[in-house]
Amino acid sequence: MIVFDGFGITYPDAHGPTLHDVDLVVPEGELCLVVGRTGSGKSTLLRAVNGLVPHFTGGIMTGRVTVAGRDTRLHAPRDLADVVGVVGQDPRSGFVTDTVEEELAYGMESLGLPGDVMRRRVEETLDLLGLSDLRGRPVEQLSGGERQRVAIGSVLTVHPRVLVLDEPTSALDPPAAEEVLAALQRLVHDLGLTVLLAEHRLERVVQYADRVVHLPGDGRPLEVGTPADVLRHTPVAPPVVELGRVARWHPLPLSIRDARRHAGELRDRLLTAERPIVGRLPGGLVAEARGLSVRLGSILAVRDVDLDVHAGTITAVMGRNGAGKSTLLGTFVGLHQPFAGEVRVAGEDPAALRPRALVRTVGLVPQEPADLLYADTIAAECTRADEDAGTPAGTCWELLDRLVPGLDPATHPRDLSEGQRLGLVLAIVLTSRPPLLLLDEPTRGLDYRAKERLAAVLGELAEEGTAIVLATHDVELAAEVSDRTAVIADGEIVALGPTSEVVVGSPAFAPQVAKVLAPAPWLTVTAVAEALEVLP
Amino acid sequence: MREPRGRLPRQLHPGAWWLWALGLVAVASRTWNPLLLLLVIVVAGYVVAARRTDAPWARSYAVFLRLGLVVLTVRLVFQVVLGVPQGTTELFTLPSVALPDWAAGVSLGGPVTLESVVAAATDGLRLATILACIGAANALANPKRLLAAMPAALYEIGVAVVVSLSFAPALVGGVQRVRAARRLRGRPDRGVRSMVSVALPVLEDALERSLALAAAMDSRGYGRRAEVPRRTRRLTAVLTLGGLVGMCLGLYALLDAATSPLVGTLLLAVGVLASGIGLRLAGRRAVRSRYRPDPWAAPEHWTAAAGLVAAALVVVAGIVDPAGLSPSVVPLTAPPLPPLATVGVLVALLPAWLTPPPALRRPDPAPTAAAARPRPAPHPATEVDA
Repeated sequence: MIVFDGFGITYPDAHGPTLHDVDLVVPEGELCLVVGRTGSGKSTLLRAVNGLVPHFTGGIMTGRVTVAGRDTRLHAPRDLADVVGVVGQDPRSGFVTDTVEEELAYGMESLGLPGDVMRRRVEETLDLLGLSDLRGRPVEQLSGGERQRVAIGSVLTVHPRVLVLDEPTSALDPPAAEEVLAALQRLVHDLGLTVLLAEHRLERVVQYADRVVHLPGDGRPLEVGTPADVLRHTPVAPPVVELGRVARWHPLPLSIRDARRHAGELRDRLLTAERPIVGRLPGGLVAEARGLSVRLGSILAVRDVDLDVHAGTITAVMGRNGAGKSTLLGTFVGLHQPFAGEVRVAGEDPAALRPRALVRTVGLVPQEPADLLYADTIAAECTRADEDAGTPAGTCWELLDRLVPGLDPATHPRDLSEGQRLGLVLAIVLTSRPPLLLLDEPTRGLDYRAKERLAAVLGELAEEGTAIVLATHDVELAAEVSDRTAVIADGEIVALGPTSEVVVGSPAFAPQVAKVLAPAPWLTVTAVAEALEVLP
Repeated sequence: MREPRGRLPRQLHPGAWWLWALGLVAVASRTWNPLLLLLVIVVAGYVVAARRTDAPWARSYAVFLRLGLVVLTVRLVFQVVLGVPQGTTELFTLPSVALPDWAAGVSLGGPVTLESVVAAATDGLRLATILACIGAANALANPKRLLAAMPAALYEIGVAVVVSLSFAPALVGGVQRVRAARRLRGRPDRGVRSMVSVALPVLEDALERSLALAAAMDSRGYGRRAEVPRRTRRLTAVLTLGGLVGMCLGLYALLDAATSPLVGTLLLAVGVLASGIGLRLAGRRAVRSRYRPDPWAAPEHWTAAAGLVAAALVVVAGIVDPAGLSPSVVPLTAPPLPPLATVGVLVALLPAWLTPPPALRRPDPAPTAAAARPRPAPHPATEVDA
């Protein structure tokens, strides 16, 4: 269905080719998963399928790509619209109309399909993706999972034979991700659609994939094979696979179900093992919220929350999209005024602090780290950060060098990978040494390597006495680094306690290792690996 | 009694409402009679009250009315303070300021006469009436549906407008985000200087979003074209441009009371015909179709006709009885109610009954409240599997 034949692409102003000599055949009806580190060319590969690369992006292309027999060199993306449906990373930026129903019809209108066909297909698609209750809704008002399903629906109505998805679940909370993946699964099984999918959150998708394509990203040829074969040695692998590697299971388990079949013997062995002591010793009180409620327009986004944050601890805040996590963090830096109750950071009301004093009290890494960047080189960003914080010149650069070693100071922040950019923003925020650090969804777009580094950095900071609160969907990260977890729903804290206790019982928020080894409260592969090493 | 099929509740074609409103605008621009102008406002207001929905754009009507009031007030204030008085009925005298020679024709202060105030008020009322008519069209017709109903050849302009309309809220969101970010970097988040430095990241953000949108639209088939011979393309251009020029000249002649209305009508008709054919030909290049297009049926005909008949009757009334449409101000006379023009304006009231209602009227709450509540829809997944 999709054939890459010696495909390569060199973008203008790039030092070398982003991809070269790619030979890949994706047969009809297959769900093919593309994995690789950030910057390895996953998006480029996906966008080449419908000709956006190079028609839209520019660049020099070698080799050729054919989809359903059409050569992308001879067909512009719009002429491939009837065979390839593409859903981009942020579906919001791809919406053209303003209601769900019109959005579903848009592609068909462009192809000039007759009215009765359009009418029928819109209804079919509404049913297929479970969107019928949403048909008249403005697309702006949809939740993350709904938005993604509408985006998928909007390309499905033209009955493409290939569906290309770039990170469809990375911005979603676990339940919404399940929703989207269940819909995809159905499309592959019932309609025989060919799906090419890139995703960082392998733990969510790898069990559905027929084949995995691994882009090493350093010039080596790509590896193609069944998920179990490819993941045996790739540096990117979901925790369940890592656990399988540590426990030397064969074949490698890809899903919780597979792993639990192997896990009985491991559970027995671990019974005698000593569990590492988790939880750092909390220091003094750094920030507190007392009976805090925050109003956003006509809704109460945070309702009657009590939360203490102590020095040297890491607190994870989890919950659905829109549960009030970001609002809670925002209130700690004074972006929102409390509607009722109060918030104190180092004894001060953050909303009353002037910006200069604020940065020394609390730092927030927002959901879009790039918002904090405006200079055109890393060096300039660092200089400004030093000025803003009033620290000696070079403080920020030193921090950055520790977090992300080996960056070129003349690089434009936009050209950094997601992980590097996060490191830069973290360095800027930490320059003024705030006793409280807040991170909003820090793992969005990070691959497993970058996530590991982030976890290590956060651990070190906590050792040094910084209080950290992170709002996240990423249960694996929360299990890895946090001492405490707060689950927030509808603005209220519904569970608050040591991570191991809160997370283990929850179907949505338990990490994979906990699901495999339940009821034993193991959370991370690292802990299991260390325990196994000590065992005879 | 059963409702006839054409009266089932639905949205009227936005073009019909606009034609109707433009007819009323034409009426307002032909007359200086305050009674007729007030009648136009009442007629437009009644139709809006009868046929508008509770959609966001429908709320804009009040905004237009208020804007009209502002225009009227400004016009009056200017006349009182800056105007040269006409007539002799002096109301009061403002202290006047002697202006240098080069400002001849403008007087600051001085005597204020009843005649000039009435003339200014009528003038302001005309503008306010025109605004009210446009506001009525805006409240009755979904502006986006109107753009969608454009001929295929103009479709791309329509898309550009729609996209830019939906961009404005995103831009506001962007400004808020960047301002919050400035605060997080320890920079002042208020004041003029901070606004300036916010502009760049916001624009960058907007540019990036438009690129993403362009890519998405391209990959969804936007801008597909059918092959059309070169000669047709040239003919299209000539017809469209020529037609547009004709329309402009014709409209100008019609609105200008000094030119014979016959010339204006003729020019307008030729212009409309030529550009219509031009657009039709241009539409051959587009392969698009419309999802659930608004039908153009009897109610649309009636509505558009009501507006056009109103305009035509007032134009005729202006020829038959010029004094009725522009009653004399110096000397001041009470405005008459010319019968032909009044009937004309009242014709524009008919759409309030001739069009289908936009939604079913709410049934009596007490007995049917439970039935009216939407039942929970069965889960779609089970439906499909079955």
